[in-house]
Parts: sequence; C-alpha cells; structure tokens
Amino acid sequence: MRLGIDVGGTNTDAVLVAGRTVLASAKRPTTDDVSSGIVNATRAVLDAAGVSPWAVSSVMIGTTHFVNALVERKGLLGVGVLRLAGAAGEALPPMSGWPDDLKRCIGATSFQLPGGYEFDGQENTAFNEDAVRDAARELRRKGLQSVAISCVFAPINRSMEQRAAALVKEVAPDMSITVSSALGRIGFLERENATIMNASLSKMARHVMASFTSAFGELGIHAPLYVSQNDGTLISADYAAQYPVLTLGSGPTNSMRGAAFLTGIQDAIVMDVGGTTTDIGALVNGFPRESSIAVNIGGVRTNFRMPDILSIGLGGGTRIHLDADGQLIDIGPDSVGYRLSQEAYMFGGSTLTASDIAVKAGQANFGNPARVPDLRPGVMEKILAGFRNIFEDGIDRMKTAAADVPVVLVGGGSVLVPNELKGAARVLRPEHAAVANAVGAAIAQIGAEVDRIVAYDNEDRATALQDIEREAAERAVAAGADASTVRLVDVEETFLSYMPGNTVQIRAKVVGDLAVSAA
Amino acid sequence: MSHTKRTLTLEDVADLARGCAFLGSGGGGDPHTAFMEIEAALGEGGAIELIELESLPDDAFVAPCGWIGAPTISAEKLPSGREALQGLRKLEEITNRRVDAVFPVEIGGSNGLAALLLALRSGLPVVDCDGMGRAFPESQMVIFNIRGQQASPAILTDDKGNCVVIETVDNVSEERLARAAAVTLGGSCHLIEYCASAREMKANALRGTISDALRIGRGIRAARENGRDPFHGLFEALRASPHFDQAGVLFDGKIVDLQRETRNGFSVGRAVIDAFGGGQRLEVEFKNENLIARLDGQVRALVPDIISILDRETAETIVTECLKYGQRVKVVGASAPRALRSAESLAVLGPDAFKLPGPYRSIAELNGWK
Repeated sequence: MRLGIDVGGTNTDAVLVAGRTVLASAKRPTTDDVSSGIVNATRAVLDAAGVSPWAVSSVMIGTTHFVNALVERKGLLGVGVLRLAGAAGEALPPMSGWPDDLKRCIGATSFQLPGGYEFDGQENTAFNEDAVRDAARELRRKGLQSVAISCVFAPINRSMEQRAAALVKEVAPDMSITVSSALGRIGFLERENATIMNASLSKMARHVMASFTSAFGELGIHAPLYVSQNDGTLISADYAAQYPVLTLGSGPTNSMRGAAFLTGIQDAIVMDVGGTTTDIGALVNGFPRESSIAVNIGGVRTNFRMPDILSIGLGGGTRIHLDADGQLIDIGPDSVGYRLSQEAYMFGGSTLTASDIAVKAGQANFGNPARVPDLRPGVMEKILAGFRNIFEDGIDRMKTAAADVPVVLVGGGSVLVPNELKGAARVLRPEHAAVANAVGAAIAQIGAEVDRIVAYDNEDRATALQDIEREAAERAVAAGADASTVRLVDVEETFLSYMPGNTVQIRAKVVGDLAVSAA
Repeated sequence: MSHTKRTLTLEDVADLARGCAFLGSGGGGDPHTAFMEIEAALGEGGAIELIELESLPDDAFVAPCGWIGAPTISAEKLPSGREALQGLRKLEEITNRRVDAVFPVEIGGSNGLAALLLALRSGLPVVDCDGMGRAFPESQMVIFNIRGQQASPAILTDDKGNCVVIETVDNVSEERLARAAAVTLGGSCHLIEYCASAREMKANALRGTISDALRIGRGIRAARENGRDPFHGLFEALRASPHFDQAGVLFDGKIVDLQRETRNGFSVGRAVIDAFGGGQRLEVEFKNENLIARLDGQVRALVPDIISILDRETAETIVTECLKYGQRVKVVGASAPRALRSAESLAVLGPDAFKLPGPYRSIAELNGWK
C-alpha cells in the first residue's frame, strides 16, 4: 500500500491508499523540523489503519517547504551562473528583472561563455572547454557551493550542458550543479531563472530529503520515497534533492488530483475551500489545466508547469462585517485564518466568520451554533446569497465551455458551498476531502515532458510526433515508470509566427504508473 | 514652428510596450523582453529622446529598424545587444552618410520598442512615426513600399556579428531574401531597411504613432491606478489619435475554442469567443496577426483595421501565441491609419493579400460607428 503525505504550512496530513481505497487518514501539526511532523502523522495513520510499517510499499510526499524558502528568502545559497550562449543574451545578464533583495541573497557571479544551439539544432558557437574550466575555477576561488548552467536551446540538445557539468565536477568536485535542460521549456530567461533558483535551494533540498529518509527509517519504513512535482506526477527523492524547484507548485495540483481520484471524475471544476481563500482549478483528463502565463515566484518570472488556479478571498475564516444596525456591509476580504478555532463565535470567540454563518444556517455540523449571535431578519439570507455569488462567479471564470460541469469540493471550508450552484451539473463532496492533498500525492504517477521545434516542411508530422512521444516515454521509464502503462496525456502544437516551413513547437507529456520493481 | 522633444522615462517605455502590444493586432510578439533590454540599457546610462519628424531638416538621413524572425525563437535566443548598432554602422559605411535619427519600421508588438534600444546604443534620437501603424507579417506590407520607396540597401545582423547587406531590384525580393537569411542565421535578426531622407519620410511615414502607443499604454495604466475601467482609458487614447480614432468593443466573452489549420499555404488559426450566458458568438481568424472578426457569421472587422483581444479585467493585450481556452476577453477593433486604407495600400496589405474574402470595408462602416 501507498503512504501519501502532504506537508502544509499548518498541518501535515497522511493517508494510506491500497488500490482505489483510502484505508485511513491522519492530520498532525507541521513542525519546524518538518520530519517530526511527518513521523507523528505517519504513526497516527498506521495506527488508525492497524497496519505495520513494512506494509508500506512506497511513500509519496508533497511539500511547500521550498516555495516558502524562496518567498521568505530563507536558507538560500549563493549561486554562480555559467551561460553557454556565445554573444546571445549579453543584453540581458542573468537575474535581469529579479527583486534586489533576492539578487543580493543569491549574488550574481556569472560568466557568458561560448556555446549554445540554434532552433534547428546547429551550434550557435563552439563549446570551449578551457573557458568553462576557467569559470569553474573562479567560482571555486570565490567559495561558491552551487552553480547554474544554462545553454541556449538546451531543451532541444542537452549535450553542451552535460559537458559543462562534467568539467565543473572535475574542477570542483563538491559543487552542486543544476543544468537548465532538466527544468524544461523553451524560453531562455524564465528557464535560466528556474535554474538559478534551483541552484540556490540545492543544499536545503539535500538536507530536507535526508531528513525525510531518516524519518521513515526511524519509523521502520524502507519503501522508496517519491516527491510530487508541479504537474502532479512524481520524481524520486534523489531527483527532488537535485531539482527542488520541480516541486514548488505541487500543493494545489495534489489537491486537484486527489479530488479526481476520490470522485472518479476526470473533467471537473475543483474548489479547495481553505481558511482564508478558495482555490479553484479545472481538471482536464484527470490533470489540472496548466497556467498559460509566466508564473511569478518570490518576484521572479519562471516557466514552471503550474496549475491554472483562481484564488478568491472567501474561506472558512473570512470575516463577515455588519454595521451598527446589524446589516451586512461586506464579506471579507480579511480572514481570521488559522485562529478560527479561537476567534469564531461558535468556538467561544467574538468574531463573526463565514463558518459561523454556515453552522448557524445548518449547512455544517461543528462548533456550537448556539454561541453565534442572532442576526437581523434577512441578513443571513443576504450573506448566504453573497457566498453563492462569489462561488458561482469563480466557477464561471474557470469553466471552458458553456455547458454545466461537475464541481468537486475539497478542503475544510467546503461547508460554505451550497449543494446547488449555477454552472454546476452537480456538486460532489467526496469522503476524505479534508486530506485530498495527501491522497493526490499517494496516487500520483511518473511523468515526463519533451519540448521541440520542428519544421514540418523538412520532417513528416506523424514521424516527428512519434519520435517526440517515444522520447518522452523513454524519459518516464528512466524516471521509474512501468513502460507498459505509459500513455500520452497531452500534445501541444504551436505554429511559430513569422517562420516559413510550417515550423511548430511541439510539447508532449506522458504519464505512467510506478514500475512494480520500485513499488 | 515649435517642435516638441521629450525624453522617455522607464515608465514611458512600459506604457509604450503596453500600447505597442495593443497596436500589434495580436501579432508582433510580446514586448516584454524588449522592455527588459531597455531597462537594463537605461540602467547603464543614456537617454531616449523622442522628436517630431518636422524637427528634422529635409536632407536628414533616417533609418527605420526592427527585428525579423519568430517571437518564440527570440524568447530563447536573446540578443547580444550589438546587432542594431552594427547594422547602423554598416549602413553608414556603404551609403557614406551619417544617420541622423532612427524609428520603428513597425509600431505593433515588440518591434515598436526596437528603435529605442538602437537610440540608446547610438545616441541618436527616435522619430515619432512608423511605417505600418500596427504589425504585419511581411516587410513589404509597409507604407514606404506602397509609396514607391526602396527597401534596399537593407542590413541584416545577428547575435554573433554576422551581417548581410541586401540589395534587390524590388521590395518583395528584399522581404524573401531577408527572411531566408534570418532563418539561416537562427531565426531572429535585426533589420534596417527603407532608409531615406527626412523629406521622403515626411511625405510617407505615419506620424505620431509612438505618441499614440504611449498614450494608449498610459491611458490603460492610469485608469487602472485610479480605479476606473481601463477600457475607458484605452478608448480615450484611441479617440485622441488621428489614426485610430474609430474604435470600439467588438465583443465581450470567453474563448471557447481555438483551432489551427493550414489553408492556402498559410497556417491559420481561429479563436471562437462566446458571449457570457450564450447567445452571440465572435470568431477571430489569425495568421500571426488577427485578420478578420465575424459576429455570428457577419464580418465586423477586416485587415488592415486593428483587431486585438484583451483581458477583460486588465485590458492587457493577449498576443495570438498566448490565447488559451477559457480566457475572458474583450475584442477591441480600431481603424487602421487612413494611408493604409487607400486602394493602392489595400492591394498590398488588405484582405486580398491574405487570401481573405473581400472587398475591404472599414470597421466604422461594418459596425455602424459613423
């Protein structure tokens, strides 16, 4: 059976899943060291299910640890940047457009070196071993521990980045190395940004993964350890230790994947109603629809594959503002957040929250509804209608077609949502919805993506698509997928404007189940 | 006669980028990278001076410039920053003349900012004009070609320092050669073409289009900052322009389908937008730029008039490469400059040139705005 863990800012959730059944779940506070919270939640879930640690065949973890480190600028390493680009990009040095405080934190020792490719795979300028060695020596001399290597058009040919990495290793064997080709897409600056961010997290990532491993060792669980990445698929803990940025967006993705699993629905709107906000996303073919705009993390533009999430300011802790006459002024946008259990009326506090209203209206069954003061006639109805409007508007914004769609509710605040909503074919409240994130982690598959530019005038379209799909499948198998289960989930073809020859950018994404030998 | 001359601030450049994106009619590429280059270059010192065409003596020598290639490629292979100046120096060498000022050959999309960077590198002023009034896919679709100016000698330069001098007998050959050379050199090159005396430019160039783009970008931003509808800011700016004064919202809705297909040798795309709550439907067909908009099958806007798809909350333009299912948008139409709507211009850049059903009818006529 699989153990799924979600390490959130407040709680660490654990679930045990066997086949398509959730056996048990547990929620424990997240701890500063992360690992003891994981140990506590895991012990609790094993106890609840009455199973022994050796019954766990694989462990999947989703964590917000690294994204928080970037946003809070905590524990980041100084980074040296080797850019293999010839003269290309001299107009825009590494870390262009970054916030000054983050730049200061990470430093900016960079080298613009010969190398790089053109869109058709030819070399931009020849690779120069001596130049790379000299740069590596300089980084070592400066005492830097981590290097980011970015090469123009690396997504279509990784070999120059690999050669550079090997040379750096020769010169400075202890240096952490991040190559941009491991981080995906065409779009140089955004990919280089991700590479630098990754390099700055590398020491912390090794440390966190080691603490995960020791936590499970302490528990007697010796199953392989995986970490969820932004698109909801898994990477091994070893790989996550090398590429922590791949995990930055896993939170919302896991909750949506969990919702799909718990309901068996592949296409739906998922609403994760938390304490402060509601995150709304669209499931397409069982996966979150990805954001089309550049994702900004800690003030830096990146090209991460992130789910397209609409965050609206209504959650269980949202404050309800009444005037002196007891008439409704506003719903939110402020929230009591995690202090709900002290500040809400129903828990003995003196703040009117969205949860108080839900309880008073009989939509939810927790706390003490008698503690919630009576409202003026008609005010309750007005507030409930306000909730409804906010949720219905959110659904409409995320829908892609006029027809009604199923809406799946997850998260602790989902009691605020009425059972019938405009635009919703039906509203589903699956069992275990409160731990949907951990479920999403537990059921995740292995994925891989390939990004290419192809001219259909020179290369047959069907052959090109086949080649790209095969390469993606090979990558998935290398990452631990069972070859017989690998399937194509997405192909995106974009014709390049102003290029002759029917030139297209193709992205193919495959997923597969964890190979049995690894499970 | 007094001539205004102004120095552009970084905030002006950001506004200009927003306005250029709108005038791109969906094409010309996202000006974001060009903006970042200018930001970096301004940080090293220097100033961008915007001057009026009238302020130049007739015998001044001016150079239109821009980039040729694919935006997707230029987002991966970034410029060295020396391409434009190298081209300018080569032009001066082969013509044996000093260039007095530069300007964007195309105001729409990222090319609207290209001349600013050259101005910073060369110390030359930027003239407040362009040759297209929007974005077009091919370099002969420019008022200078229509009025009989020569594209040659054209200078193409790349990131590595390669330089191609193009001399052709006609302007369509210049476009073909330049594009083929740009592809050979990696798909993203700087191009200086249609260089001429200020006298010729005064007769032909579309004047004030940089100011127009600036006003558009500023109007949208200022409205947002003041809590007003950014579309009001956009339309105030458009109506204040002599070129784009007939403008309005063609449609408000959500993208429900995106299709791409190959037709008549063009790769053509189509965005289908449904009104909220169903009912009416707008279809926008694009080939690099948005070319035609049909409301329930009836044509409502046709190239060369501008058709831009904007985020309905922020009024930021969404270029064709970034259109996605589910986006909530307003489609805005605006008249093309009058010079582009003459019979001789329409033959080069009207519906026929894109193998679209014609004849051209103005956006004002199609929407009853007159």
